[in-house]
Amino acid sequence: MVSILAVDDSASMRKMVSFTLKTAGYEVQEAEDGVEALEKAMAHTFDCIVTDVNMPNKDGITLIRDLRQLSQYKYVPMLLLTTESSVEKKQEGRAAGATGWMVKPFNPDQLLKTLLKVLD
Amino acid sequence: MSIDMSQFHQVFFEECFEGLEAMESGLLSLDIGDIDPEAINTIFRAAHSIKGGSGTFGFTVVAEYTHIMETLLDEMRDGRRQVTKQAVDVLLGSVDCLREMLTSIQNEEDVNAESVAVHQSALETELNGESSANTQPNVVATPAINTAPSPIQSQEEDEEPEIEEEQGWKISFCPYLNLLKTGNDPVRLFRELSALGQLTTNVNIQDVPDFNELDPEECNISWDLVLVSDASESTVREIFSWVEEDCELELSPLAKPKKKKKPKVATPVSAPTPAVVETKEVIAPVIVPPPTTVVKKASSESDSAKNAPKASSSIRVDTDKIDTLINMVGEVVITQSMLGLIGENFTMDKVGQLKRGLAQLERHTRDLQQSVMNIRMLPISFVFSRFPRLVHDISTKLNKKITLKLVGENTEVDKAVVELINDPLVHLIRNSLDHGIEMPAERIAAGKPETGTIELKAYHRGGHIVIEIIDDGRGMDKSKLLAKAIEKGLVEESAIMTDKQILELIFMPGFSTAEQLSDISGRGVGMDVVRRNIQSLGGNIDIISELGKGSTIAIHLPLTLAILDGQSVAVGDETYIVPLVSIIESINITEKMLNKVAGKGETFKLRNEYLPIIRMREIFNVKTGAATKPNEGVIVVVEGQGALCGFLVDELLGQQQVVIKSLEANYRRVEGVSGATILGDGSVALILDVPGLVRLSVC
Repeated sequence: MVSILAVDDSASMRKMVSFTLKTAGYEVQEAEDGVEALEKAMAHTFDCIVTDVNMPNKDGITLIRDLRQLSQYKYVPMLLLTTESSVEKKQEGRAAGATGWMVKPFNPDQLLKTLLKVLD
Repeated sequence: MSIDMSQFHQVFFEECFEGLEAMESGLLSLDIGDIDPEAINTIFRAAHSIKGGSGTFGFTVVAEYTHIMETLLDEMRDGRRQVTKQAVDVLLGSVDCLREMLTSIQNEEDVNAESVAVHQSALETELNGESSANTQPNVVATPAINTAPSPIQSQEEDEEPEIEEEQGWKISFCPYLNLLKTGNDPVRLFRELSALGQLTTNVNIQDVPDFNELDPEECNISWDLVLVSDASESTVREIFSWVEEDCELELSPLAKPKKKKKPKVATPVSAPTPAVVETKEVIAPVIVPPPTTVVKKASSESDSAKNAPKASSSIRVDTDKIDTLINMVGEVVITQSMLGLIGENFTMDKVGQLKRGLAQLERHTRDLQQSVMNIRMLPISFVFSRFPRLVHDISTKLNKKITLKLVGENTEVDKAVVELINDPLVHLIRNSLDHGIEMPAERIAAGKPETGTIELKAYHRGGHIVIEIIDDGRGMDKSKLLAKAIEKGLVEESAIMTDKQILELIFMPGFSTAEQLSDISGRGVGMDVVRRNIQSLGGNIDIISELGKGSTIAIHLPLTLAILDGQSVAVGDETYIVPLVSIIESINITEKMLNKVAGKGETFKLRNEYLPIIRMREIFNVKTGAATKPNEGVIVVVEGQGALCGFLVDELLGQQQVVIKSLEANYRRVEGVSGATILGDGSVALILDVPGLVRLSVC
């Protein structure tokens, strides 16, 4: 089963993402910031990471940068969920190793469609 | 897939209100002179989350509004904008406005568009630094929300009909070495392309180095692809959007019958490689939705949410507390099975074991009860957190300089108390702000610091929580109070009163000391209501005030409204519970101490004070009551309504915690009784309402 880690500090967004993914048959774990996400990602190797950008303690971009340092996450797809559509943010995300991004607001269908782009 | 988004609304609203609170307290704590970037960032993040969520859940009005706030905060965060007091006030106003909007949406009411417009234009004015721009930012703001391409939006491309003529695309895809390092994989891109039509791939491996020089983490291969499809150029580019900067990408149309149309679309800029520039140009103009439709959509959205669950009265509980509770239950189960074992083949020699088991069960039950009660306990900060804003707003209005100090915000108290204490506290704080703290000039003249201080303090004492409101204002003028009370006919001119009694005059109905009524306080809902409310919670309120130095108002409240520490007393066959908090002492008196006053009942002398005696036997008409004379029974000295008096009972039975059962819910309200409880033997004991009884006996 494909396992996905959903990271967002906003509980409602996290629930929405996680519910959508679970309904679509993925196995999902949640984390509410980059620190928790990193911990969970070390304990279990996920097939995909979906993370918010702006979070307390550790933001999404730093999280991706940290994860890419780990050998088991070198090629794992990582998607950024962002309201910040500015070019710099994307550039920053890309430089950190983000596979792609989704711009909020998005609906469950868009999320699943985007996810299919990165899952084998 | 269709997912019912309304199931997330409740969480979203809760989160928003939390976020708004965080924003509010963050804004209030901003020190204009010395800005802490992390503080701004926290505020920004709250606005940002609300924006993201409201966009996702379809509350476009909220999303648009928060977007403006976010832009403003973003500039502050980056240091591009000065944080001024005015800006903070506008943002605070916006927090209120958002709260209103969200509450309306949550209750499925229409958003008050007028008030939103007022706040929004204030925000925009602040953002633009000019006063006439009303609609402009809206236009600027909207595209920013949606600018980036997403698969759905790109299908709305309006040049599609022109490209339709094309039969496909020749794609030259030459990834840079690092393409794989972002987790992208050409194979997946091709998979997507092939979903658009028939894809032929042609691999160029001429750049692949010798095997011993090969770095498997690099992408050395490039592709020439042919896609036979009627997909538009932007659809194709969209697939490559995540890698567009990690590769060289060239698209050229395949055999096309109407060549004429193509340049019109693809080469607005006649550069040799217009590809990258062009994508952005094509996408940008498409996405801007006209603001009017956006608003309409929002209202229809909220209409369709009619079936969403209403706000429920939920409570947030620390997981630690739940864990303790579960442990406790485990212990009880173990004890129960142990007792069960003893009972199975019971012989008299097991009595010792049985007793030990019962003792253990008792201990566990008590612990369990305590843990359960703990679940209802909330930190008083739930109430306190609203006050910085109140103080900020009112002191601005009154042109006073006031700092609010909160002490002991983590003191825990029952949820019901938290809910009910808010209004009295608001009233008391307003009073301190309005009447207590002087104007800056007056303070300086009195040799005090210009800025007044109000301290809001909570702590536990015994089974009580004490909340104190301490101000360093002008204090209360006792002679003025007395004069006023006499003038209003509340006390007789000849009355001799202690200082304490004079101060407590302010709790009399119809007493208001402010020379001028203001809209801050003194609206007739007086201190008498405050005191009554606090007493109805089983608490009491005290004042200490020194003229020129300030006042302290202390509220004592029981920690919980469900359990009470009581003293059981016997009157004949009946048992009554006297709340332990009201009891000062219990004594036996001699006939010598008695003193009959004609027409005013009997009193007894206790340390130079004459206290009235209330005979329980007579009040409750207990015929079996043994103590017919005060010196035959026990006098329980209690305090109620600020006065001491003695209850005459037969004997004291013992102290115990009792669970309060409402008498109103099970029977009807009885004067002098605040509730009932069930005793160990199954009989019902009434819990005495001490202030009520004092009132009864006076009348």
